[in-house]
Order: sequence, then C-alpha cells, then structure tokens
Amino acid sequence: MSSIEIRRYPGFRPITWLCLAILYAPMLVITVYSFNSLRSITTWGEFSFAWYAKAFANPNIQNAALNSLLIAVVAATIATAIAMAAALGMLRGGAFRGRGGVFALINLPLMVPEIVTAVATLIFFVAIGFDLGLMSILVAHTVFCIPFAYLPISARLQGIEGHFEEAAQDLYASRWAAFRYVLLPMLAPGVISGFMLAFIISLDDFIITNMVAGPGATTLPLAIYGMVRVGFTPEINAISTILLLISIVFVTISYFVGRGDATSEH
Amino acid sequence: MASAARPDSGGAPASAGLSRERLWLLSPTLLMIGFFLVIPLCLIVVYSFLTPGTYGGVEWIGSTAAYVQFLFEEDFLSEELTFHSAYLEIYFGSFVQAVTATVACLILGFPTAYFIATRPPRQRTLWVFLVTIPYWVNLLIRTVSMLFIIRDEGPLNALLLEIGLIATPLRIAYTDFAIGLGLVYSYLPFMVLPIYAAIERFNFSLVEAAHDLYADRWTTLREVILPAVKPGVIAGSLLVFIPSLGSFIAPDLLGGGKQLMIGNLIALQFQGSRNWPFGAAAAVILLTIVLIVLMLFTRKQAANAGEAR
Amino acid sequence: MQRSPASAVDIRNVVKRFGSFTALREVSFDIRDNEFFTLLGPSGCGKTTLLRMIAGFETVTEGAIFLYGEEIEKLPANKRPVNTVFQQYALFPHMSVTENVAFGMRMLRRPAEEIRQRSGQILELVQLSAFADRKPDQLSGGQQQRVALARALAPRPKVLLLDEPLSALDLKLRQAMRVELKQIQEETGITFVFVTHDQEEALTMSDRIAVMSAGELQQIGSASDIYERPRNRFVAGFIGETNLLPVTVEEAPINGVCSCRLASGVVIESNPAGRPGAGAKGHISIRPERLSLTAPAVDGLHGTIDRTVYMGTDTQYLLHLDDGAELTVRKQNTGGDAPGFAPGERARVEIDRGAARLLVD
Repeated sequence: MSSIEIRRYPGFRPITWLCLAILYAPMLVITVYSFNSLRSITTWGEFSFAWYAKAFANPNIQNAALNSLLIAVVAATIATAIAMAAALGMLRGGAFRGRGGVFALINLPLMVPEIVTAVATLIFFVAIGFDLGLMSILVAHTVFCIPFAYLPISARLQGIEGHFEEAAQDLYASRWAAFRYVLLPMLAPGVISGFMLAFIISLDDFIITNMVAGPGATTLPLAIYGMVRVGFTPEINAISTILLLISIVFVTISYFVGRGDATSEH
Repeated sequence: MASAARPDSGGAPASAGLSRERLWLLSPTLLMIGFFLVIPLCLIVVYSFLTPGTYGGVEWIGSTAAYVQFLFEEDFLSEELTFHSAYLEIYFGSFVQAVTATVACLILGFPTAYFIATRPPRQRTLWVFLVTIPYWVNLLIRTVSMLFIIRDEGPLNALLLEIGLIATPLRIAYTDFAIGLGLVYSYLPFMVLPIYAAIERFNFSLVEAAHDLYADRWTTLREVILPAVKPGVIAGSLLVFIPSLGSFIAPDLLGGGKQLMIGNLIALQFQGSRNWPFGAAAAVILLTIVLIVLMLFTRKQAANAGEAR
Repeated sequence: MQRSPASAVDIRNVVKRFGSFTALREVSFDIRDNEFFTLLGPSGCGKTTLLRMIAGFETVTEGAIFLYGEEIEKLPANKRPVNTVFQQYALFPHMSVTENVAFGMRMLRRPAEEIRQRSGQILELVQLSAFADRKPDQLSGGQQQRVALARALAPRPKVLLLDEPLSALDLKLRQAMRVELKQIQEETGITFVFVTHDQEEALTMSDRIAVMSAGELQQIGSASDIYERPRNRFVAGFIGETNLLPVTVEEAPINGVCSCRLASGVVIESNPAGRPGAGAKGHISIRPERLSLTAPAVDGLHGTIDRTVYMGTDTQYLLHLDDGAELTVRKQNTGGDAPGFAPGERARVEIDRGAARLLVD
C-alpha cells in the first residue's frame, strides 16, 4: 500500500464535487437563463442580450448602479487610506500597549452580526440628526470596509522586512522619503488588493445599506431586492449575472495582484 | 543578531509605546470605528431600556418594557403578564437553524477540505480559489439565484416534472428547509477554509505511524487526524454558526418572510412595527449570545493550545 | 572635549539596555582612520547591536559615539555620514541596480550629472557595469552582495559598516569576496567596520580585531596579537584551537618570562598576560601546532597517545598527560620520513619557545 493510498478516503472526492456543484450551480443557472431570449423556464429561445439591454435602459437601475459605483469607489478609497495608516501604525516600530485592543477594534465590524450593526448605525444616525441618504450609506460603508482593506495590506506589510526602510534611512532618506520611495512601492500590491476587496464589499452590501438608506437613495442590491419582492423577471437574472461577474473579476484580480510580487523580494 | 529578522522595525531607532506618529496613524481608524460602531452599539444597549415613541423612534423614558415584552405578554385590559413563547421560539428556531446549517456544512465541508488539502501542492491553490470565489459574490445575488432555482416555477421543479419524478411542483421555497439550504449555501466556504488550513499543516507521517500500528483509515481519521485539526473545525463552525444565527437575507427571501429568524425580527421593529426599544433589546440579546459563544470557544481554543505544549 | 581626528569612530563608555537585558556593558575603544576594523564574537555578544548603534538604528542608553570628532549618538540615521551593507542586502526590489546605487546620492540631492558619473564609477569598481539595468531578483547572491556594497559606497561615507555581509554566500565565493573587500578598502581608503562571527574571516581581513563576548570587549589587537597573545581564556578558546593546562605561578615574571608549575610538578616557561604574582593560579594556553612529540626521555612533559587523526595537511594527536590532562598536538604532514606515534605509545611533549601563554583568571 503506497503512502498516498493511506490518505485516500472513499467518498471524499464525490462530496467535494457536490460541494462545488452546490456552490456554483445557482450562479451558473441564473447566468444561463439571463441569456435566454424567452421568459420561460422550460423552453430555450435563443441566445440574446435582450434582458441586459432592458435592464440597462431602466432608469431606476441606472440610478442605482451609478450610486453603487460612486459609493463603492469613495468608500473603498477612504477605507483603504485609513487601513494603510492603521497597518503602518500597528506593524511598524515594535509592540505597544493597547495593540491587542486596537486590533480587536479593527476587526470589530467583522465580528458583530451585520443586522446588529445595521440597526445600531440607523439609530445612531437618527439620534445625531444625520439625514439618511447617500451620505449615510457612504459613511456606514466606509466603516465596515476598513477591516477588509486592512487584511491584505497588513499581510503584505508583515512580509516586508524592516531592513529596507533602514537601508533607505541609512542612505539619507527622510522618514517620508523612505516611505514614499521604498515602502509604498513594495506595499502597493497589498494596497491595491485591499482597495479592490473594499470596493466589492461596498458594492455588494445589502443589510446595512437597507437600514440606513434614505428615501430615494438606492443601490443595486437594494434595487434587486425590491424587484425580487415583486416577482421574478429575466432582468433580475441579467443584473444578477453582471454583479456576479464583477465580483468574480475583482476578487480574482485582487488575489493575483496581492500575490504577484511575492517572489521578487529577499 | 541578524538585522534581517526584524519585521517590526523599519524606521527610527526602536521606540516603543504610543509615539505621536503612531497616534496620528491610528487615529482615523480609532475615530471612524469608535464613533460609528462602538458608540452606536452602546446606543443600542441604551435604547433597549427606553420606551417606544408613537411614530417610531424613542421617548427618553427609562423602562425595561422591551425585555419584558420578550418573555411576557401584557393583557390589554387587566395588565396581567402572561408568559408567551413566541419570541423565544424565534430565537430557539434560529438557534436550531444555525446549528443545522453548521452540521450540514461540517458534513459537506470537512471531506472537501480534506480532499483539497491532499491534492498535489500546485493544484491546491486552484481548488482553494474555486471554493473561495462564491463567498465573494454578493450574498443577495446568491440567495436570489437559489430562490430562482427552487421556487415552484423554477428550473428544479421543471426538471423533476419533466423527468416525471413528480406530478406537482415540490414546495421547497418558502420553507424552513429552504432557509437551511440558503444558510449552507451562504457560509459553506467559511467551513472549508479553516479546516483546509489546519489539515494542510497536519503532519501526515502520523497517519503512516497509525497504519504501521494496524489502524484502519476510519479509526485513523477519528483518533489521529480529527483531534489534530480540531482548532480548524471549531473556527469553521464558529464562522458558519454566528452569521447564520443573525442571518437576514436567507430567511427573508427563502422563507418568504413568514418563518422569522432573529435577523428578521430585529429588522421588523425598525421598519414595520416601529418598536425601536424592542428591536434594540432583541439585537442586544443576539449580540450577547454571539459574544458568549465566541468567548466560550476562544477560551476552549486557548485551553487546547495550552495543553498541547 | 574633542578626540584626535585620526580616530574615525570613538566609542566612549557605551552601554545599551533593552528593558532589563543589558546588551552592551560600558564598551570603549576607538577605530582608526583608513582601518579595516572587525568586531568579532559569538551570536549574542553585542557586536551587531554596537554596529547598529553606530549606524543609528539603535539608541545609546549611556555613553557617546564620536565620528571624526563629532558626537553623533543623538543624530538620526539619515543624518549620519555612515553607510551600511546589510546582512541580507536589503536591495530595493522595485529599483534597478543603478537606481539602488544612486539612491543615497539622490536623497542627498546631488546634481544629476554627479550621480550618473559616480554610479557608473562605483559599478566599475565592483565589476557590475554590465548589470546596471537589471533588477535585484535577476542577480546571483554574489552579485547582489556587490550591489549592496556599491550602494553603500556611492555616497562616499566617512565610515562603511558591514553586518556579516558574506554569511549568505557559499565558501568559494566567500573566500573570493574577502579578498575583494580588502582590496576595495585599500583602494577607497574608507574606514571599514566589519562584523562577523567567523574568526577565520576576521583573521584574514582585518587590520585590527575587537573580540567581544556577552556585551563586553575582551581584547583589541591585530590578528597576530589576538592569536599569539590572547589576554584571557575566552579569546584563547574562541580564536583557533588551543590547549589549556591549569598551572600555579612559581615566581613573578622576569623579563617577560614567567615560570609556572603544572599539577604534575613539571615547570614551564610562559609569557604572561598581565603581571601575576607568585602563587597565582591560572592556565597556560598552547596552540596545538606549537607542540611536538619526541621519544620519551627522563625529564620533561610526558603523555600517552589516545588517538591519531589524519587530516590531510596535518595529523592530529590526542593524548593525555601523566597527570591526566588532555592535550592536542598537530604535526604538519611533510610526506614519508619519520613514522608517527601510534595509540598507546608514550611520548615526550615539547613546547616551542615562547609558545606557552599564561592566562591568569
């Protein structure tokens, strides 16, 4: 019996395939149906982009898409900048008292159930008289995007040894110059990866957005939810497929960018 | 003594503590999360002890009515309090759903994690990637796609009708089962990944040793592999259980809003019912449960790690 | 109070503590201009800490450091005209070789023309002109090492610090680089401060060596000083091999010669470290290659051979003396001729004139 034989468990492989099937089937199905020119579930008409065209022509969808994009870009940018500063503060210059506490704080948005965050944010905004609208969504998104941007940045930063910045300072660079010319370029993949992650998280969010959105402020997930409530239409399939693809593309790029330069350092 | 092994330095002579610069770097984070999450959470606790306003919102009158309402019903006329279990049932039902989902994810996820971890190293990254991607796709979309498939007029029923396995469409959507399905679908990757990480680190020569000593594969699995990867299993279970407990989208879409879970209950208080203190109380109770579960398991984790020295 | 400018680096009563741990205890010495100076010691002795303090990456707990007369221990690293070759090179991976080399001058805002010229010149010196546009990950270990050297030399520092720069290279390359480094130091005239734990490296390259242990300076001197006249048992044992025999001093030294008595009663003439009085206890250190074996005689030091080890260039004899002490003797193999001694045989041990060094505790 070879050593590989010992490790094999009958049934594990089919279960794995089942898992993957479960994970991907719904998305694949919806994608396929989004291209069906007919509304029917049972009959296939022909391959068509008709529903996509219809979805894009819908002014409600357009508005929602624009808002989603805008909020995602702004929230991700701010969150990434804040997360980068936090990573530098946490990981450079040695340990400090309260570091554990700060780390817990950074991860807090990930640990609190989203519905709790959603209602807490809502009542807070109302209590301080913050008008609910696009701004409220933006602020809420920025907060919970921070830990997502933080993860790849801190992972990257931990892999960069301190002697590069020391070498830069040894060669007369000021702290800012050492950061700008040496650390930042090396950190860049992590920053980009973090930005993309934050972007997707913001784009995809539903629960919190649902709670803190003001009247008239809508994002794509909100719009889709509204449409599903009414009843299934092929446009829903089309929009869903688009969001699906955007998510996959972004995460894939983010993943490869984050790992890309891993080999070029010593 | 090597200057190399210093990921923590980089910069000025190692100065410990809260230097001005460090404060500047950390303050945006501290402010944002402190102001927009910590304070709101405190506020929720406060609100749970207030009285509901007539048109929503709160009146600043202290009261434990919200918590009382959780367990007791007040008779309108006699002001008698009778115990009612409706809300407890919702919490209990959510708990059951979450546990079921966790177990289902374990049954599916453990073999998957094991399988991937025993692939040749080059393949592994691809498999992990495949498992991770669905997590990053919009949860709403994923739930919508699942609903699309299982509803009465959906492809699944169409297929079954076509083959002749059934005569009338199976009622899958808008049931507890559908919610369970949705939860498993939502959080399955989170069970697989920590277990995978644990198995990957596992030293397989222990398996060879067990076989050398006449154990068969299932005994080996039970007595050698499982105990070693327990931390990963626990982590994965927590990562499925906790979000499932507070889930909103799955019960809302797949349960048709009739089977309430905690998430729906809370949301309802801030939308339709407009009983903010009660919603706050429900949220506080959920948060407390989550924190207790977390603390119990991290303490257990630390104890396990301590023993293993 | 200024020191003489001939002192490139002056370490004065420097102490370094990390919390409750003392890494350096009151170290004082100076490094001369145009010198190849080595800090030698086992891991944890404080040599790297000291180097980093000269560079500016560690603060000084107590004491002062002077660079050509100027006090620098309070200056940040980027204000000190001192450059470092890092143990793992720390080459900036996103910059080409030329950009790495030019970095220091760029930060000093030298004119572009000067930077260009100097970079070219320095790359010539380390023979890497052909690789000017490559990135670090496209270079071999030895080439990376030379880029690190070029980068540190380009801004014309007053002192060059080298933190075990050869430790990552394989043996042949290391030996070649030792020669190159020495040559470069002589050509540029810059003071080199070199840190290593490899005593062969220290002996072959240095003008002077500072041997350190547990945060303290044990001895400073030239290679031959340290090897032939170690000041204490640590230095004697750390550098090369030696035999240590416990002795009692018979009488105080006369004309630099001191008589000592072994436990067996045999008296040996030694040159002492310091001025021991009669009756003092200590050890004699004798290098194995300064001992020889002859046929047993009436008087003198005698012992029995335990083992012989053939080592190609030498033969090593492990024997124990009559009083029980163990001794190692090395004899160069000069081919054929006199048969060596076999295990079990008795032999007389002769000590070369002046080879016995008395170390008093």
